[in-house]
Amino acid sequence: MPDRIHLAVALDGAGWHPAAWRESTARPTELTTPAYWRDLARTADGAGLVLATIEDALSLGGRSSEPDAETRRDRARGRLDAVLLASFLAPVTRRLGLVPTATTAHPEPFHLATGLQTLDHASRGRAGVRLVAGSTPQERANFGRRTEGPTGIPASGRVEDDPALLAAFREAGEVADVLRRLADSWEDDAIVRDLETGKFLDRDRVHNVAFEGEFFSITGASIVPRSPQGQPLITALAHQTIPYRFAAEHADLVFVTPADAAAVGGIRNELADAADEVRTLDEPLRVFADLLILVEDTRREAEAVWNRLQDRAPLTTDARVVVGTADDVVDEIRALAEAGVDGIRLRPARLPADLEAIADRVVPRAAAAGILLPDDGAPTLRERVGLPRLASRYARQEVGA
Amino acid sequence: MTRRQIHLAAHFPGVNNTTVWTDPSAGSQIDFSSFEYFARTAERGFFDYLFLAEGLRLREHRGQLHDLDVAGRPNTLAILTALAAVTEHIGLVGTLNTTFNEPFELARQLGTLDILSNGRAGWNAVTSSDAFHGANFRRGGYLDHADRYVRASEFAALSKALWSSWRDDAIVADAETGAFLREDAIARVRHESRLFDVDAVFDVPRSPQGRPVIVQAGDSPDGRDFATAHADVIFSLHTEFADAQQFYRDVKGRLAAHGRDEDSLKILPAATFVLGDTADEARERSREIALAQVRPQTAITYLEQIWNRDLSGYDPEGPLPDVEPDTGVETAQGFAGRHAAIRARVGQLREQAAAENLSIRELVIRLTAKHTFVGTPEHVASEIDRYVQERATDGFTVVGHVTPHGLDEFADRVVPLLQERGSYRRSYDDGATLHDLLGLPPVLAPAAR
Repeated sequence: MPDRIHLAVALDGAGWHPAAWRESTARPTELTTPAYWRDLARTADGAGLVLATIEDALSLGGRSSEPDAETRRDRARGRLDAVLLASFLAPVTRRLGLVPTATTAHPEPFHLATGLQTLDHASRGRAGVRLVAGSTPQERANFGRRTEGPTGIPASGRVEDDPALLAAFREAGEVADVLRRLADSWEDDAIVRDLETGKFLDRDRVHNVAFEGEFFSITGASIVPRSPQGQPLITALAHQTIPYRFAAEHADLVFVTPADAAAVGGIRNELADAADEVRTLDEPLRVFADLLILVEDTRREAEAVWNRLQDRAPLTTDARVVVGTADDVVDEIRALAEAGVDGIRLRPARLPADLEAIADRVVPRAAAAGILLPDDGAPTLRERVGLPRLASRYARQEVGA
Repeated sequence: MTRRQIHLAAHFPGVNNTTVWTDPSAGSQIDFSSFEYFARTAERGFFDYLFLAEGLRLREHRGQLHDLDVAGRPNTLAILTALAAVTEHIGLVGTLNTTFNEPFELARQLGTLDILSNGRAGWNAVTSSDAFHGANFRRGGYLDHADRYVRASEFAALSKALWSSWRDDAIVADAETGAFLREDAIARVRHESRLFDVDAVFDVPRSPQGRPVIVQAGDSPDGRDFATAHADVIFSLHTEFADAQQFYRDVKGRLAAHGRDEDSLKILPAATFVLGDTADEARERSREIALAQVRPQTAITYLEQIWNRDLSGYDPEGPLPDVEPDTGVETAQGFAGRHAAIRARVGQLREQAAAENLSIRELVIRLTAKHTFVGTPEHVASEIDRYVQERATDGFTVVGHVTPHGLDEFADRVVPLLQERGSYRRSYDDGATLHDLLGLPPVLAPAAR
């Protein structure tokens, strides 16, 4: 009996392949319409996936590594704000965790925190976020506030070789810290509505965060009362040492990109070592492996589609790619599950086609193979991925006092 | 002759003493179900839009959190976007500060809301310069008071440039040739000034109504200038008929200088209402509601914010405090100001209380809980209609006193009477944008480049 895991999906435009929008199954003129996203979210929700991430960036070219990303006209372009898109999807989904991407360099941490808490209220406990450190030169020009920042990944490929990137990760850490502090600032029972004393609020149960960091400061409590999860789920994508340390210190769940099942052990060890050093959260760090998939009825068909896509625009990716049948994908999932991950985040090469394949073929087969954790009905995303609801740090202080 | 059509907005009861949380029927001010219920009621009443205020920091009173009135609310943009999924017709308008946001980000968020709601987004652009709210933001309370509207005005102009930077037909998505965007699909937006240095390429396509409706809520000369230059709606506080008429004439008269006609700017003052089967019953209810809105401690707290000192020893049912206000330090909360302004304000209040022989509580009721329209549904409907037909307003921004059911009575009892008068819509047109609902001129598509 293999270890049982969760399945998640990563949603982005017409899919993860840059030529996906040219496929006949694509809906390229609808990528920023409500109907398109409603359909995608309902499919993921109906399939029983534990969460969907939604990509975002603060510039036209996004996080593409293509040098002419901002100017080229042959890629799908145009985006919606992911936190708001997730908010829109909250009332039209029932069980799906909603995990928008947010960059940490530009947005106001206070707005981001209250936006995510509101997403948690509107979704009744299904909110998360994927934090992305740093900014691109075009993002900085769009905002016009900062002139300095990272210019890309350094030649060595290592974050620690670029002081600007290192600073970006420190800033991302501050944002993560403040998201949790603001989420904690109202204790669960702060609203008392006491007719006797005439008090709506017990002001002793609402706490100013008084955070002062290297990059910004926040003084007051959140404007949003504590949400169903207590703290929305914080996630990150990590490929190497500094991001691993960031995830180990600040995240509830990390997406990793093992080259194959054999690579999982090494990544888990590195994360565990980092956690030993820097993690202060009581809960374990959940680890999901990313898998980019293209599914057809036969391997031959899948490979034909893949070749057509690659001829049009070669994909360069950080994640392992599986091109084949649903059974091929399930085999990969099984291998990763046995190697010790808690979940798999599937990146559909094409949307909606490969998401539909996930719902119609991959999930049922993985379930039949006994690889999937069944939905145990846990009400919140946090509990669904096996993490406890965190008590407010202030409530804990009182207990300990 | 056709009657002038009434425009109505519905203000979700916010965090202040006008929201009576002690009412047994009062629900949650934070659960999504409250917002959904309220939005559906507003849609049932064919309102133009739902209006939501913004919170940037919890209110404080003498250095402590306010604990008597409703506190805690959602993030404005996130809740409006969630509401876009469960409503079909109603406009979704939120207050969003021009000081503690950046144009590129706010424009893309509002663009997102406009797209996801099929053209129903609106933005109440407000300004701030105070350190109290600024303390929660990267920016801090950095902005000179005098620069508030300079920034707001440039912010609005820059946002409009971003919203119109995509051609309507920018996306061609030609799978054969591989062209996703037209060559000249997106214009770069540059804005260099003392306050901004932006060189942007927008990433949100042009929305169904071209851009969100812009609402303005300040009454200063700078605010009126901003409104006549940029706004589609003014959310005013002028509700006395003669005063409202004068404000209406003043503002509409300024439009021509900006090349705008009278219909391009709607004036929708805030209005409260209390209904009864008879005039007496309505007056009685109004009295009860006012007493619930201004409880004795609430009245003292209100004065303490002006006096900036402990007034707990004074009888709320008695005369105004005989002590002078403490003007030594500024409180951080908007009630602060120059010493003279505080003294002048206190002087005014004393005069008003003396002239009408008012207790502390009665005075605060006059100031914060005087209901705009009190009477039978017929009376309220005819008053609202009179204001509009006689050009004192284009309609009202209605706020009830109970969350979330406070609009029910209005939708059920007043709206049908407005419809009977022929002054109010009987249905929504399919696919109408908020611009359409408000009868505003369409936003022109950017010319082909």
